[in-house]
Formats: sequence, C-alpha cells, structure tokens
Amino acid sequence: MAVMQDKRVHFRNKWLPYLFIAPQMVVILVFFFWPASQAIKQSVYLEDPFGLSSQFVWLDNFTALFTDPHYLESVKVTLVFSLATIGLSLSVSLLLAVFADQVIKGANFYKTFIIWPYAVAPPLAGVLWLFLFHPAGGVVAYLLNHAGIDWDYFANSGQAMLLVVVAAAWKQISYNFLFFLAGLQAIPTSLLESAAIDGAGPVTRFRTIIFPLLSPTTFFLLVVNVIYAFFETFGIIHAATQGGPGGATNTLIFKVFNDGFIGLDLGGSAAQSVVLMIIVMMLTILQFKFIERRVQY
Amino acid sequence: MVRNVTWRTWLMHAVLIFGTVILAFPIYTALVASTHTVRAVITEMPLWFGSQAWENYITVLSGGASEVGIPPVGIMMFNSVVMALGITVGKLSVSLLAAYAVVFFRFPLRRVFFWMIFITLMLPVEVRIMPTFEVVSDLGMLNSYSGLILPLIASATATFLFRQFYLTIPDELFEAARIDGAGPLRFFWDHILPLSRTNMAAMFVILFIYGWNQYLWPLLVTSDESMYTVVMGLQRSTAMPDAIPHWNLIMSTALLGLLPPVLVVVFMQRLFVKGLVETEK
Repeated sequence: MAVMQDKRVHFRNKWLPYLFIAPQMVVILVFFFWPASQAIKQSVYLEDPFGLSSQFVWLDNFTALFTDPHYLESVKVTLVFSLATIGLSLSVSLLLAVFADQVIKGANFYKTFIIWPYAVAPPLAGVLWLFLFHPAGGVVAYLLNHAGIDWDYFANSGQAMLLVVVAAAWKQISYNFLFFLAGLQAIPTSLLESAAIDGAGPVTRFRTIIFPLLSPTTFFLLVVNVIYAFFETFGIIHAATQGGPGGATNTLIFKVFNDGFIGLDLGGSAAQSVVLMIIVMMLTILQFKFIERRVQY
Repeated sequence: MVRNVTWRTWLMHAVLIFGTVILAFPIYTALVASTHTVRAVITEMPLWFGSQAWENYITVLSGGASEVGIPPVGIMMFNSVVMALGITVGKLSVSLLAAYAVVFFRFPLRRVFFWMIFITLMLPVEVRIMPTFEVVSDLGMLNSYSGLILPLIASATATFLFRQFYLTIPDELFEAARIDGAGPLRFFWDHILPLSRTNMAAMFVILFIYGWNQYLWPLLVTSDESMYTVVMGLQRSTAMPDAIPHWNLIMSTALLGLLPPVLVVVFMQRLFVKGLVETEK
C-alpha cells in the first residue's frame, strides 16, 4: 500500500473537513488512544487491585513477567498451539485449493462448502468440537475410547491441546483456502502446459512451478495466520478448555484476560498487553511490507 | 487441467468431497443432537435425526433452558442483531465521512489525523481489553448497547478501504462536478455515495460477521443477562467439568447463533470474497 498518496484536486473549506472527520477522531481518541495510553502507563506502575494506590516501578512489571515461569510456560503453549494450528490449516487448505483449482466441474460448489466455517464465531467453533470430543456424548471421544485410546481431555494436557488446535484450524481453513485458490488461479495455464509437454508429472509441476509461484500468498497467509492463532482464538479456548488442564492451553491472549479480570493483577496484565501490542505491530508492519512489494509486481 | 487423466480427476473429487464432509461434520452432529432428548444424546449417541427438534428450539428460544445455564435465546438473538448492525452501520458511516475528509480536502493537521487513524489498524481490541474496559466502565456504559458497540467501531479498516477507493475516482469527475456548481456535500451525496455502493455492500458483509461474532467484549461489558448476545450466551452451560451438559439445548443454541453469519457468507459469497480480499490491501 502506498501509504501517503494524495489527490491533485480538492475542495476549499475551512470547517467542513473537521466536521466530517470528527466522529472518527472522537471514537478512536476515547476508545483507542486513551485505553492504549492507559495500558502503557499501567505497565510501569504497581497498583493494588482496588486502584487505591499505585507506585511507579520502572520496568519491574516486565522483568517480573519475563522471569515468571507461568508466563514463559504460556509463551511455550502459544508457540506450540500456533505452529500446530497454522501447520494443520495451511496444509489442508493448500491441498483442497490445489484440487479445487484442477477439477473443472464443481469448483464453485466446493468453494461454497469450504468457505462457510469462516462465519462461525470462535467460541461456537469451540463448543461444536467440544461436543465431538466430550467424554459424555461425543462421537469422536466414543470412537477414540473404543480404539483403545484413553480419551479424557479434562485430565490430559496433550489431548486438550489437540482439541483447541483442531477447532482453531477448522475455522481458519476457509480463509486460507480462498487466498490459495486465488493465488493458484493467477498462475498462467501455459506455463503448466509447457512443463507437461516437457514431461513433468503433476508432482514435479507442483514442486517446481506451482509452489514457488504461490510463495507470496503463502508468506502473506503465514503472517495473517500468526495473528489469528495469537489473538483471535481466545473464544475457542475460553469456550472449550478455559486454558486448562493445569495451564496446558493457557495461551498469551487467554492469560491477559485471566490475570487481569480473574486474577486482578493490573500491572502484570498491562505489561502483557504491551508485549502483545508490540508483537501485533511488528506483524502488521511485516504484512504491509509484503503488500507493498506485491503491488509493485 | 493439463492432461485429463480420469482416475486422477476422480481421486481429486473424492478428496474434495471427503474434505467438505469433514468440515461439515461438527454441524451435522450438532443438528442431530438438537433433535433429541439429552438422555438419548448421551446414552444412544444417535447419528440420525430425532423428533424433539420443535421442543428443543422452542425451549431455548423462550428461555426454558435458563436452569441449565442458557439465557433466553430470543432476547440474545435480538441483542446480537442490534450489536452487529450497530457496529456495521456505525463503522460504515464514520469511515465513509472520515475518508472523504482525508481525500478530498486539504486542512491543517490532516496528516496527523491520518497517521492517528492508521495506527488503530494495528491493534485489535483483544490486546487492550483491560484499559478499554476501564474507560467504558468510567463512562457508565456497562450493560448498554453503546458500550457493546462504540469501542468496536474504534478501528480504521473500513476508513482505509474507502480511502483507497476514493483515490481511484478520476479527477475529471471531480472537476466536472465542480463546473456544474456542486459543493462538497452535493458531490458526496450525488457521486461518492452511489459510486461506493459495491464497496459498502462488501464491507457490510464483512463487518456484520465481525460484529455478530464478537465474544470477549460482550463477555466483559455485560453482566446483566438481558444484555447477553447469543455468541457469548453459552459460556456457562459447558464450563462445568462434572455436570453432564444438556447437549440438545446447547447445540440448538449454538446453531441459532451461527446461522445468521453463515447464511450471509453462503448467499452473499461474491460480496464476502470481495470484502475479504479488499480489507487485506
């Protein structure tokens, strides 16, 4: 995106532009800049839960954060969760997109039946999969138990992680599928035809032509998926496992909520918020850098 | 595509059908569960529809499931509609105007405003929940529609989309309108709004889904059951590890809660895809 780009022509009016932009500015000042600055301020103060007293503590909250074993554990959980979710949803959606791109009949039919999970709210996705995997009444849990697996995600941390990963990946497949399909449809057919004439089989064509040409799309999706896995999966975890058992699915975004609203540790929660803000900012900048490059093609 | 090998085409169809079936499987089991009694769901694990659908849906809609932790779904659906439409209409109107000011006027502080709006793109509400909650609480907006809606309007995705679009409107149109004597308001009303129709519709679809599916925010700012939204209304019914969940009622509620945005995606597919691709630019 060319961020600052201007029109040659414009109206001359002293007060009208301010009137037009005022609603936007009021909303973002009150509900964005004020809270964001509060978060930064709180992150360098130590406050008691009732807000009666607070004390400036420099970067103590951050030091405490990065030496807190629970926080480091949560970082690890977030990384495992994100890698698994992204890996699962990207690979499944790439497979489906490659096939949907190649079958001539029914591509639109498949598209309709693959994109709808995007619209399901994360907590509802969590509840749907919770039901399938629930020891009381869940079909998948029943099958797993009959296959000799001792299935109980209330007690087994690996199984709880599997549950939230499947639910999170399921919801994101639609999005990845759409972008992969668009990327595939942009690859010129002539290129693939000439490769086929040279004797390249479908696997070789995928490896040497399709996959390299898809790499901008894949990179873009990687960034979007990291943002998704880090920040937009709160509802899934809250509805399905509540971060448990024993913190096994306690991701960073869930921990901010839990420490702030349940644990009432304002300084610690604010410091966590600031860390997350920095992560999102870096990811967004990465995303913009990529888009700028894509536009130049 | 390149060489038509029949068995390969069949294989691809098989994988695609398998994929769509797996994707739809959770919805199918939810549908089935919503048509049985809870006893049947847990003891028989049915894979085909039962005869309790009417009872289950009437029960959750009218509030008969309150004792198992599900507030009246009828009221929650209404709240969801108000919140989703409030966010959608609010964001659209605010951003159409703000983008117009930034693109078609020159005024002091324009660049400052622009960058302030730009920064909001970077931070989703999830990462600043605590302080935003405090602000809304200080303003006395807990348990109110304005508390549910306004903080979620405070990001600029739509403003950027419209700004990008306005920049593509040819200068000639602007000059012709000026020669015809159109002022800023007339130009906005007669030219900008009609030209923005498709973009507005695409944004409407994306924002409606975004608004309807909000979870964390309603969870925080509503404590009064009459203000709950349907997406968050299930949280107390599944969180008990020892009690047996009332799956029939939970699944009826979940399906009612996911139906509106799913219908929007399926029936407005073209606009949905356009909106999704445009907001990533």
